[in-house]
Amino acid sequence: MKSGTWKVKSGLAQMLKGGVIMDVVSAEQSKIAQEAGACSVMALERVPADIRAQGGVARMADPTIIEAIMQAVSIPVMAKCRIGHFVEAQALEALGVDFIDESEVLTPADESHHIWKHDFKVPFICGCRDLGEALRRIGEGAAMIRTKGEAGTGNIVEAVKHMRAVMDGIRQLKETPEEELMARAKELGAPFELVAKVHKTGELPVVNFAAGGVATPSDAALMMQLGADGVFVGSGIFKSSNPEQRAKAIVKATTHFKDAEIIAEVSKNLGVAMPGLDIKEIPTEQLLASRGW
Amino acid sequence: MRIGVLASQGAFAEHIALLHQLESEALPVRLAKELDNLDGLIVPGGESTSIGKLMADYNLTSEIKRLAKGGLPIFGTCAGMILMARGSSDSDTRLLKLMDIKVRRNAFGRQKDSFEVELEVPVLGEKLFPGVFIRAPVIEQANNGVEILARLTGGTIVAARQGKLLVSSFHPELTRDSRFHQYFLDIISGSR
Repeated sequence: MKSGTWKVKSGLAQMLKGGVIMDVVSAEQSKIAQEAGACSVMALERVPADIRAQGGVARMADPTIIEAIMQAVSIPVMAKCRIGHFVEAQALEALGVDFIDESEVLTPADESHHIWKHDFKVPFICGCRDLGEALRRIGEGAAMIRTKGEAGTGNIVEAVKHMRAVMDGIRQLKETPEEELMARAKELGAPFELVAKVHKTGELPVVNFAAGGVATPSDAALMMQLGADGVFVGSGIFKSSNPEQRAKAIVKATTHFKDAEIIAEVSKNLGVAMPGLDIKEIPTEQLLASRGW
Repeated sequence: MRIGVLASQGAFAEHIALLHQLESEALPVRLAKELDNLDGLIVPGGESTSIGKLMADYNLTSEIKRLAKGGLPIFGTCAGMILMARGSSDSDTRLLKLMDIKVRRNAFGRQKDSFEVELEVPVLGEKLFPGVFIRAPVIEQANNGVEILARLTGGTIVAARQGKLLVSSFHPELTRDSRFHQYFLDIISGSR
């Protein structure tokens, strides 16, 4: 019997596909998310919109909150650690969380290195802006990838940019002749073995979700049609006027992402979405997506 | 053969790929009308609460129950097994409740307790089957009429069959071994 294998780590990500993972800050919110049909929850102390508004150093959540959420729901519970902060990751693994998000939403602990994720029994998910970044994280042991988007903005534009960049990268690599793969690996800054694998299979070796700016059912379906395997909703649910109904609507839109009639139907009467932010109005040093490399 | 794979949420694409390998037609099912004219149905792994709600919201639960009564062969893996069991450690009404087994969800603990193990599955022949257990449920109790297909060392039941209904705690769709899916196709064709 072998636990913590690559198969069971990447396999849990496969079980989340077609689903919605919701940010929650309390046991009560996690129950609302589960009842709405979330396939997993991300246990946090503050949602990204509040982290952005309050500033300061954002760290791993208080374990008390994470444990309360783990006890409240039967679906898998994820939690975030800072980029490069492998001790926060060790603590999260000890708590028994099901997935660790090495996340740019928290303040990075290391500006040069991400966590060596192969050392853990618990799977990791990491953010990316393009194919090279995705493959670097997978090379370090990430069992699941998500777009970074721009968390806490309620603005889908960055997630779209990142998803298109990843998908374009895959399409190009598929067409690249074998003798040019090493040069492509150099350009992408990605491990050659993974570059060669994507060339051969025409897909990422792990599950890829959309994150960072999803606020409506249409946003979720847009990301699915662009090629996402599933969707994260951060501030978008519990910063809206009717979280229960919006959460259910986003779950349905993610499953039925090609069915325009269902998307139109579930978009009715959802109340006010979270207030959005124009990316151009955010000072460059406050952009979260540029954290990590 | 035309096999539907429930695609509300979870690892349905992996089942479809394996069925294609076996040269069977495989179609994703998200709406009740997509259940028409199927020879068999697979309920995949995923999150049973999420799948259960999406099935109920789009009238799949009642339709699948009706089809099962009419003899439609159904194969459930992991979450699919939870949905097919008549008894579960929690009392969710959105379960399909098709098979006379009682299951326990997340029976081994959380993700860090997920594991791989080689299993003896006599109906698939002597060669061991790669068992991939991810936050897996187990069968706590199997009533009369349920054939036990696989156990862990220690006796825990992890695969079973009742008539044309087939379940496994583990994920044959995450392996390259197509024998479990072939066994299901044989159940459909009536040769097993």
